[in-house]
This record gives sequence, structure tokens and C-alpha cells, in this order.
Amino acid sequence: MIEFQHVSFSYEKDRPVIEDLSFRIERGESVGLIGANGAGKSTVMKLLLGLLSGEGKILVDGIEVNRASLSAVRRRLGFVLQNSDNQMFMPTVYEDMIFAPLNYGLSREEAERRVDAVLEQLGLQELKHRHNHRISGGEKRMAAIATILAMEPEVILMDEPSSALDPYNRRLVINTIRALPQTKLITSHDLDMILDTCRRVILLDRGRIVADGPADEILRNKELLEAHRMELPFCLAGR
Amino acid sequence: MNKMDKALHELGEMDDLAAQDSPIHRLSPLAKLLTTIAYIVTVVSFHKYDLSGMAVMLLFPVLLFQISGIPVRTCFYKLRIVLPLVMAVGLFNPFYDRAPLLTVGSLPVSGGVVSMLSLMLKGVLCLMASFLLIATTPIDSLCAALRRLHLPSMLVTLLLLTYRYVGVMTEELAVMTEAYQLRAPGQKGVHVSAWGSFLGQLLLRSMDRAQELYNSMQLRGYHGHFHYAPGRPFGLRDALYTLGCCAAFLLLRFVNIAELLGRLVVR
Ligand SMILES: Nc1ncnc2c1ncn2[C@@H]1O[C@H](COP(=O)(O)OP(=O)(O)OP(=O)(O)O)[C@@H](O)[C@H]1O
Ligand SMILES: [Mg+2]
Repeated sequence: MIEFQHVSFSYEKDRPVIEDLSFRIERGESVGLIGANGAGKSTVMKLLLGLLSGEGKILVDGIEVNRASLSAVRRRLGFVLQNSDNQMFMPTVYEDMIFAPLNYGLSREEAERRVDAVLEQLGLQELKHRHNHRISGGEKRMAAIATILAMEPEVILMDEPSSALDPYNRRLVINTIRALPQTKLITSHDLDMILDTCRRVILLDRGRIVADGPADEILRNKELLEAHRMELPFCLAGR
Repeated sequence: MNKMDKALHELGEMDDLAAQDSPIHRLSPLAKLLTTIAYIVTVVSFHKYDLSGMAVMLLFPVLLFQISGIPVRTCFYKLRIVLPLVMAVGLFNPFYDRAPLLTVGSLPVSGGVVSMLSLMLKGVLCLMASFLLIATTPIDSLCAALRRLHLPSMLVTLLLLTYRYVGVMTEELAVMTEAYQLRAPGQKGVHVSAWGSFLGQLLLRSMDRAQELYNSMQLRGYHGHFHYAPGRPFGLRDALYTLGCCAAFLLLRFVNIAELLGRLVVR
């Protein structure tokens, strides 16, 4: 479903952020992309979405990501941004949620039905007509996730989905993610959440893959994690 | 609350006003847009000495304030910054046009004073009408109405995004002033020496935010074409409202009601 072939990228000359990155994610897999601050996780997401372009080849559903294929690729990908304030730009949650379905040619009635279904699935009905600048950070995050689900993408990309959430909402997000049948690529520093939601983990350090395998193995490997400026998930730390 | 937070809050209040319910809110945005345009054209077309004729035009906004339940106070409070500017437009007229035009009691009043007053009145009336339009119509529906009048899509999108980005920039400003004040306790405002970097930062941050927002729009299938919420369709009621208002404006424009009434009373 997603394939990176020898991808390299740098924001500034001679300071590579991503170096010769290659991996493959099959349809239906859920993969956690982890790494310390500045490891390049968000950059990988942006490359995949075609917001940045570097060297090498990126394929989504067999389509190479480039200028010409951009809208075909983006239609398949739903991206939950690291900062929800940048995601929600319409006045109300409802208008934000209906934005993508309308752009993809749904009628207003169909789109509204889809919005209602997603809100019900997440138990957020009461947020529907609230103003984006009047809801709390956690509510905004949930609303941002709802916005993406209303697109019905084939792949869901999430950058730090559990940051700024209280334990209840975090659990809600985790359960929501687990229940989603789509292919998922999630970055987070919340390794407990990764453990709960992903079968596979890719560990990045300074733009290179240093480990790629079952979440159970990598997230239990104390030496490996510590060698790359990370710690064991709390639930495995034996506290 | 921080000054900027207050500004943000005020921006939100406009959306709240537009989301209320009243017979005026329930009208089609197109009807409101058309009558507002007709109103402004009528007001502007009054002769510069025709103060009494124009004064009657005050009736329209006053009625709208009443029916829509939007407090007049809110209008003047929100327009407090622009109003003085508009009022200042005719300030020099009395110096150019000194010929006495009429006498009040035994005091001669020059044409310049009358034209100054009429210019001020024109400005205030037009501002009130525009405010009422925005306060009773969600910005999206307004944009949809503009599109139905075949305004270029580019222009309308620009209007909408400007309206949105004002909020974004204010948000950035709020965050920055808060961060500044936390490190400069007891200081009022931002010190002059910090203005340069402050403005630069604000610009960079707003640009970053704008870029991210734009990305987020594109990732959700935006290709330069906005799907505005159409608002209420243009029905019989809207047609009647529009025609009725336009007829009334014409009447008020060409028949000087104030003078007529005056003459009746005198007789
Ligand atoms: N716009 C930019 N211009 C220049 N350098 C950048 C830019 N964005 C990110 N970087 C650099 O690229 C590197 C990778 O950044 P990236 O945002 O991908 O990290 P990340 O793994 O998502 O980190 P975090 O966990 O903090 O979100 C960092 O060293 C960062 O400083
Ligand atoms: Mg990141």
C-alpha cells in the first residue's frame, strides 16, 4: 500500500533529515513510527503526502507520488496534523468535517449523513455545531480525527494523535484507532499507545531506520530504545 | 483577559451574531446582499446638501436593528475604530464652502457645514448597513451569494480567507503578547525596542500558520473552489423583501418625506 524506495531529503543543503529510507507497508497494517524529537517522523509523513519532495521513489497504492498524481494520492490518505489548530480552519466543527466530502463531489445530504455517522461513532454529537475556537485542545483533537474519518481515506496518517488529551480522551482515541480497518501509520512519543494500536514499529534515528519489526519485540528492547534516546513504555517499565 | 484574547473573542462574537435567529437572519443572503447594495447606492446618491432627505434613510437600519434583535450598542462598539475615520472625511468641507446655505434661528449655516454633516451621515449609514449584513449573515453564505452574482471565484475566496486569516493572525498575536508579558511583568504593552523583532516574528509565524492551513485544505481535496454553505434559497418572501426595500429606497430618494411632513405640520 505504501512503499518508500531509497528516499532522501534535506531542508537545508548538507543537512540531510531523511537518508536513504526504504520500507513497505501492506494494506491493513498498522505501523508505529517512533523516534526521538527531530528524528524525522513528521518529515516522513510530509514526504508521503507530497507536501515535500526529495530524492527516491514513494508509492501509494502503486501510484508514484509526484506532481501529476498528487490529487489521486491525497485522496487515499487522511492526515491528522500534529497541531489541530492548523487542521481546523472553518468556523464550526461541522463545516470543517463537511469540507473534504464536498470537495470530493458528495452532495450536501450525503456528506451530512457521513458527518453524522462519524460523530456518532466517536460519541461527539454535541460538538457538531460548536465553534472551533471555543472548544478545548482535547475536543479539538477529537474533532480533527473526526474530520479525517469523514473523508473515508484508505490510509490514515496520524502525527501525535494522543498529545494534549486527558486519559479518558486518550483511551477513546486509542479505541477508535484500534477499531479502524484502514491502513494506519502513526507517530507518537506515547509508546504505550503505539503498543496498544500497532502490530509493527519502525524506529527512526536521525533520518535512518534503525529497527523495523513487531511492536512487542522492539518496544521491549530496552538497550535498543535507550541507544536511540528513547525509553521503555510505562506499562513495560516494571513500575 | 489579554487585549488580543478580547479581540479574538470579538471576532467570534460576529459569528455568534450571524448564527442567531430572527426574521432577518432567516432571509436569503442574496436578498440581504442586494438590498444592502441598493441601500448604499441610494445613500451615496443623495445630494450633498440634502441632509433632511437622507436623514429619513436612517429608518432602514433602525428597523433592521429592531427586527433582527441585534443591539445598536454592539454595532457602534464594534465599529468604534472605523467610525471616527469615516466621520473625519468631510472635516475640511466647512473651510472650502463658506457660502451660507440656510439659517437656523438667526445663525447662518454655510454649505460646507451641511455637506460635512451629510458626508458623515452617509458614512455612518453605509457602515451600519454593512454591519447589519455581516451580523445577520454567516460569511460563507455571504460568499455563496457573491458567487451567485458572478463575482470572480478568486475574489470571493480571497474575501473568505482574509476573514479567516484575521483570526489566525490575532491568535498568533495573542500567544506572542502573552509570552512577552509573562517575561516582562508590570509592563504595559510591548516595549518599543522589541517592536521590530515582534513584528517580524508575527509575520513569520502567521505565514507558517497560513502555509499549514493551506496544506491542510489541499490535503482535503481543495482545488481553489470553495463549496460555500448556500444559505437559505431565494424564495417569494425574499423577492418581496428585496423589491419592497428597493421601492422604499427609491421613494425616499426622490420624494422628500421630511419636507412633506414638515409642510403638512406647518399648514
Ligand atoms: N521547515 C524546516 N526547515 C528546516 N529544518 C526543519 C524544518 N522542519 C523540520 N526541520 C528539521 O528536520 C528534522 C526533523 O524534523 P521532524 O519534524 O521531521 O522531526 P520529528 O521526528 O517529527 O520530531 P518531533 O518528535 O519533535 O515531532 C529536525 O532536526 C528539524 O529541526
Ligand atoms: Mg513531529
